[in-house]
Amino acid sequence: MAIDVRIPTILRSFTGGAKAVSGAGDTLADLLTDLDGKHPGLRGRLITPEGGLHRFVNIYVNDEDVRFLGSLDAKLNDGDTVTILPAVAGGALGLTVAHALRG
Amino acid sequence: MTTALTIEQAILDAIVAHARRDHPDEACGVVAGPVGSDRPMRHIPMDNAERSTTFYRFDSKEQFRVWAEMDDRDEEPVVIYHSHTATEAYPSRTDISYAGEPNAHYLLVSTREPEQTEIRSFRILDGVVTEEPVNAVQSYMFGQSPSAVDYECRS
Ligand SMILES: [Zn+2]
Repeated sequence: MAIDVRIPTILRSFTGGAKAVSGAGDTLADLLTDLDGKHPGLRGRLITPEGGLHRFVNIYVNDEDVRFLGSLDAKLNDGDTVTILPAVAGGALGLTVAHALRG
Repeated sequence: MTTALTIEQAILDAIVAHARRDHPDEACGVVAGPVGSDRPMRHIPMDNAERSTTFYRFDSKEQFRVWAEMDDRDEEPVVIYHSHTATEAYPSRTDISYAGEPNAHYLLVSTREPEQTEIRSFRILDGVVTEEPVNAVQSYMFGQSPSAVDYECRS
């Protein structure tokens, strides 16, 4: 059960500079737990203290955004590629105002 | 780390045209360049998935495709740009909290004045914003400033 995980530049400080690492798990949640054992701190940059996926990152299984695959429950298979990208977003307003406006 | 953004005038013009076209919604996109070169060469306008006057977000599917393509071409996002349509071209707290490409120049364009477009560039690292000058050159091959002249043949 090997999953190839692509790490974005900003998180390579957790992987000793490696652009890709290998992990294992039947779900995304399992994989991130596995990875955190080898690369402490990585998981904390992807998951909020409440246990949800951080809005500052996009995670994909192969080419599909995990938000459409059950998020942390997304199923993984041997040979899958998981890609982590920084979400590119922003706006003219502060976060609190922006989220209040968007409901 | 360089302390200025050097970019071809034609690409800047295309970015401004994109921002004007999408006004009053925020426009956003990337200029890709060879990894480590700090040269923005390939302009990629992106969809603003929010279609909002006050917020922007790259469509995650489109971003995946564009980032994969850059990877295949040994490129990286040298410039990440977006527009503010009613405020100045300065990163908001939201912009700062999302800034996740440490090698990128964050270019902001303000279209609040119809006749005049404000263009400013920033580095955003660990929540710290540093403004840098924008040097517009005619081209990298025949740059106006000596530092932009390059006689190497790049294919
Ligand atoms: Zn902004």
